[in-house]
Amino acid sequence: MALKKTVLHDIHTQLGGRMVDFAGYHMPVQYSGMRAEHMRVRNTVGIFDVSHMGEIEISGPKAIDMVQKITVNDAASLAVGQAQYTAMCYENGGIVDDHLVYRFKDKFLLVVNAANKDKDLQWILKNKIHGCQVTDISDQITQLAVQGKDAEKTLQKLTEVDLNKIPFYWFTEGTLAGASMIISRTGYTGEPGFELYFENQNAEPVWKKIMEAGKEFDIEPIGLGARDTLRLEKKMCLYGNDIDETTNPLEARLKWIVKFDKGDFIGRDALLKIREEGINRSLIAFKMQEKGFPRQGYKIVKDGQEIGTVTSGTVSPVINQGIGMGYVAKGFGKSGTIVQIQIRKQMTSAEIVKPPIV
Amino acid sequence: MNVPEELKYTTDHEWTKMDGDIITIGITDYAQGELGDVVYVDLPEVGDQFEKSDSFGTIEAVKAVADLFCPVTGEITEVNETLADKPEIVNQDPYGEGWMVKLKISDKSELDDLLDASAYQKEIG
Repeated sequence: MALKKTVLHDIHTQLGGRMVDFAGYHMPVQYSGMRAEHMRVRNTVGIFDVSHMGEIEISGPKAIDMVQKITVNDAASLAVGQAQYTAMCYENGGIVDDHLVYRFKDKFLLVVNAANKDKDLQWILKNKIHGCQVTDISDQITQLAVQGKDAEKTLQKLTEVDLNKIPFYWFTEGTLAGASMIISRTGYTGEPGFELYFENQNAEPVWKKIMEAGKEFDIEPIGLGARDTLRLEKKMCLYGNDIDETTNPLEARLKWIVKFDKGDFIGRDALLKIREEGINRSLIAFKMQEKGFPRQGYKIVKDGQEIGTVTSGTVSPVINQGIGMGYVAKGFGKSGTIVQIQIRKQMTSAEIVKPPIV
Repeated sequence: MNVPEELKYTTDHEWTKMDGDIITIGITDYAQGELGDVVYVDLPEVGDQFEKSDSFGTIEAVKAVADLFCPVTGEITEVNETLADKPEIVNQDPYGEGWMVKLKISDKSELDDLLDASAYQKEIG
């Protein structure tokens, strides 16, 4: 399969981006270095090209019923201009994908993981009800994330929209850097910031104007590597690592997005049963107590017994300690519990902590 | 890619520099780029003995963990202690301040297996 490029591909290589294959796209994993990029976002502001993400529109008179059927959160609770984090589940409660839903006057927009986009689309079409249309607009849309405490000051220079008036997980449609776009106060870093969605043709000028506007804050382009460590410090799930079709939202500690009382949805019966019977494991966050780099697949051990597996791990650039997420068996998930992470042959102590990890 | 002419290389992406019967060992610019930011370097103690191809240490980097393999048989005479506090030097200056260990060679004929700069350049494409 030929790798897809985002329209900003040439800009990334000019900026020294190290390009890798990610979900079928040629994407920058890092520019200056993951740790420096990570700290840039934590300290001032960074810009990410995340155009590989999928965008699926659901419109028509029954759009709301369709979204309610396929997602676990309550889309009916959204006002126009509001967004929510949610997930699609299979009948058995396993997760198809975790994603955002944006509510517009006449449609919903689902922003899904790049690696899952085709699978999601098939799933949505398979479950489509009469009276709605499903349109994949991924290939027309550029998505940029501008994240960090100086993101708002950077973007405010480029728009008449009063960004301060957009609350967390709300969005507006307006002109920014000369292009009409969706301006959304959302992100995957735990920092204040925005995600912008607009037509591909505007990608280069918009990117350049944001880079220019952010100069006084030392804005830098941020690769997928730092995107991963930024989300991990805040215990945000990554599909394929922390959640997948073999995990359900309840054990992934995403109960807060499952709205059983909203009416029927795919997976509801299975999840109700799981809730009743109790979960066997849960997705915890941990912090290493000694030197060590936890990685995906490493065993989590307690008193010599294997109790789980690391699903994501890194050494936090902020605290310079190993951190991670993983599933542990029932009864071991309480914060404050000391466990061991088996790093090759070595048993290394870690403490289960409440999110955010850092 | 920076591949200094005066050094010898291994297919494990290490570089070596001879000085009498002491050899200095580090990882190449290519290797540090592939590993990404180095966060820990575990090195042996002075006096430790290694056979050729033994693992003498590990590098933990953001993208991967890599074993360090001893290119020749010998005894460790010096370890770069700076890397414990400043592992990022491996990324910044892999051929200079980022060296790993010095080793006293026991069998100089093993040096024949090392690659010169142009052969290593071919190796990394």
